Formats: sequence, C-alpha cells, structure tokens
Amino acid sequence: MSLNEFFHMGGYAAYVWSSYAIALVVLLANVVAPVRQRRKLFTQLARRARRERKKL
Amino acid sequence: MNTPSLSRAFGLLLWRDLTLAFRRRTELFNPLLFFVLVTSLFPLGIGAEPALLRAVGPGIIWVAALLAALLSLDSVFRSDFEDGSLEQFLISAQPLSILVLAKVVAHWLITGLPLLIVAPLLGLLLDLPTASIVTLMLTLALGTPVLSLIGAIGVALTVGLRRGGVILSLLVLPLYVPVLIFAANAVESAGAGLSIAAHLSLLSALLALAVSLSPLAAAAALKISLS
Amino acid sequence: MWHFFHQLGSPKHFYRIAGRWIPWLAVACVVSMLYGLYQGLLVAPTDYQQGDSYRIMFIHVPAAWMSLFIYVVMAGAGAIGLIWHMKLAEVVAISSAPIGASFTFLALITGSIWGKPMWGTWWVWDARLTSELILLFLYLGVMALYGAVEDKRTAARATAILALVGVVNIPIIHYSVEWWNTLHQGPTVTKFDTPSIDLRMLIPLLVMAVAFKLFYVVVLLMRARVEVLERERNTQWVRELVGSP
Repeated sequence: MSLNEFFHMGGYAAYVWSSYAIALVVLLANVVAPVRQRRKLFTQLARRARRERKKL
Repeated sequence: MNTPSLSRAFGLLLWRDLTLAFRRRTELFNPLLFFVLVTSLFPLGIGAEPALLRAVGPGIIWVAALLAALLSLDSVFRSDFEDGSLEQFLISAQPLSILVLAKVVAHWLITGLPLLIVAPLLGLLLDLPTASIVTLMLTLALGTPVLSLIGAIGVALTVGLRRGGVILSLLVLPLYVPVLIFAANAVESAGAGLSIAAHLSLLSALLALAVSLSPLAAAAALKISLS
Repeated sequence: MWHFFHQLGSPKHFYRIAGRWIPWLAVACVVSMLYGLYQGLLVAPTDYQQGDSYRIMFIHVPAAWMSLFIYVVMAGAGAIGLIWHMKLAEVVAISSAPIGASFTFLALITGSIWGKPMWGTWWVWDARLTSELILLFLYLGVMALYGAVEDKRTAARATAILALVGVVNIPIIHYSVEWWNTLHQGPTVTKFDTPSIDLRMLIPLLVMAVAFKLFYVVVLLMRARVEVLERERNTQWVRELVGSP
C-alpha cells in the first residue's frame, strides 16, 4: 500500500482516521486520569502531613 | 412470644401495606393519572392519524407503563425507611427476602394492577384492534410484576441515598428493556394476527426469574444500604 | 508462588508489586498495539465489499469485546469482594468501571462512524449497537451509584450487587434486542460477523484485542494503586510514602 493510499483509505479517510483519532483520545484520557488523580491525592496528603507537623 | 409462621408474616405485611396505602387513597391515583396523561400526550406530539397511532400505540402504552412504574417505585421502601420499620425488618426472625416479596406484591396491587385495568381505555384512545387490547392486558399482567420486582432491587440500592430517585431511573431502565421489547412486540404481533405464544412464554420466563431472584437481590441490597 | 498471591491480597504489597509490573506491561501494550496497527492499516488487504472503511473494525471489535470482558471482571471482582470481604477485589471492581465505560463508548462511536458509509446514517438500531448502548447505561449506573454513597465500603458492596444484577441481565438484554432487531430491521446484514474472515484481517484483529487487554490491565493497575492509596490514607505505610518529615 502506497503512502498516498494509506492516507486516503480508498475515499473513506474521514471515517477511518476520525475513528482512530477518537480511539487515541479515549486511550490517552484513560492513561492521564489516574496520573492526575494520583498527583491530586499526593498534594492533599502532603498538605495534611504539613498540618499535622505544625500541630506538634 | 411465638414467632409467627412465615406465611402469616407475609400475609400480615401485605395487609399492612395495603391498609396504609388505602388511607392515602388520593395518592393511589397518581401513577394511574400519569399513565393516562403520558399516553394522551403522544397523539398531540406525533399527530392523530389513526394508522400511525395504531402502529406506535402498543409501544407508547408500554413506555408509559414503564415510566409510571418507575415513578411509583420510591414508595416501596421510602416510608418504612423513614420511620425505622425497615431496620426492624432487617433484624426480624423472618427471612428478609420473603418480607421484601410481600412489600413488592403490595406495591404491584397498588400501582401495577390499576394500570392493567385502565389499559383497555388507552387502547381505545389509540384505536388499537381488539386482539391487541387483549394482548396488551395479558402482557401488562405478566410484565408489571416484573417491573415491580426489578424496580425493588433498584429502590433497595438507593433507599439510603439523599437523591436516590435520580439514580434510580438510570439503574432500573436498562434492566426493563427486555420486558418492554417482548411485551410491545407481543401486542404488535397480535394486532397483525400473528401468534404471540413465544412472546408470552418469554415474559412468563422473565416473571419466573424475577420472582425467584429479585427478592434475594433486593434483600442483600437493603442490608447493604442500611448498614 | 502461593506466597506471591497471598501478598497480592494486601493493599500495601499490591501497591508495590503493581508498581513494578506497570512499566513492563505498558511496553508490551505499546509494542502489540503498534504491531496490530501496522498489520491492520498497512498489511491487511482492502475488502472488496467495503473498501478501506472496514479498517475501523480493528478498533471497533476489540473495544466491544473489552466492554463485555471488563463488565464480567467487574461483576466477578465485586462478587469476590462481597463474599470474602477482600478489599482489593472491591478496588479492582470500581477501578474497572470507568475503563469499561470508555471502551463501550469507543465501540459505540466507532460503530456509528463505520455505519455511516455502510448504512448511510449515523445511527442504526442494529442489535449489537443497541445492546452496547444499554451496556453503557449499565456502566454509568454503577459509576453513579458508587459516587452517590459516601462510605467507600458500602459503596463497593452496593455496586457489586448492581454489577451482579447487570451481569445476569446482559445476556437477556442482548437476546431480546437481537430478537427485536430481526423483527424490525429485516435484511440489514451486519458485516461485523462475516463467518469466513481473511487471515490477514484476523491477525491484526486478534493482536489489537491482546493490545487492548494489556492496556486495560495497565490502566487498571494505575487506577487501583490510586484507589488503594485513597482507602489506606490513614495507615503508616501511606504516610511514609507521601513524605514523612
């Protein structure tokens, strides 16, 4: 398959590539979400640790 | 003091729920009115052409019945939850699933049975053939208990939540889909003169499954919700 | 060997062990996905009926398979958590829900996009797509219920019941929708299940299925680790992890 054929997908380029693009977005979102959750949790817990240290 | 037998406990609870419901007689009509109202709105929305109404009538009536059942579900456990009786059921000597079954039967008698009785009127409003109306009543007779039973699981899961009513629809409606499909299809087939034996057997199977499993699931859910 | 599994049941050890496995599984996932995409987009031949639009299948079908697989895992883990009160089973169950919902959503969207050149409309009440839609609602219901209950343990147990009720219903719903579809859709032939599929098309399909499974495991472990930290936030090992003075 030539590069040109690859991009045009027999005329169905819009359909095929948008599907793959959406798939990429969904997969990336699934990877990013736990990373952000984790960071948020760590900031929360660090803040709590600082508060508790101040109390002592 | 002797613990009453299981059947006596069932009967007592059923009678109690019915008596309580009849004390607020006006509230009994709400799901019924909703049912009639929703069905009546459709011709206004899609046009009153008789052929069209006859074609979509069975589906409309069944969707309206679904929604009316959904609306009335909250009452299954709500008042008992609020006055503490539900916790008493949990710690009683009787198996919770049987008590749940009694409450669901009461609920069906109060909300499902009236739908069944009013259905012929709605069939006339939408110009359904007689065979369809008879099948409609049959499917409602088999289907509305299933709606009450499955709905009870949903209510049991959400009874302790602050805004459980909103989630209840999301939880319960997907589970209602098979009933809707088989029932509405049966009525359509009857109108076209085809056999409805398959549909009715499937609905009966759903009913048998629901009667045996739903009380158990609802009881488990209640124990979790009230923990 | 048994000691390994026994350790895995403890949140603290799970956190550590999962942390070590994630990079390797991630690499395996990326490799298989790249290979699958290469095979599917470049090597597999053009279909004589559908042209190149069928290549959407390499995303759509594995996504649909995952949507069902994850629901079963979620229900199974929920059951284990319910019966044996295993914390980790509860964590696996609730961590799986958003991933399963994503795959269901992906299956629906790609199914819809594939449907446009095939059937001419953006949405068709095809049996499989309709069942997928209902599956999405089942997932959203689980996520909504979990979010509505304050105590995590109660939430986990309630959603376990819901997931189990759902898993019993999925075959019933699927059957009823298929039955309904054959009555109403008539001769709409679904290209999704052509009995004889070219081997050059089958291979990328299976490779993508494996890649998606690996992806699920990686993301599940990531989510589960965060959930474990949340639940165990007051324990000594979490405090030390976050940063003791």
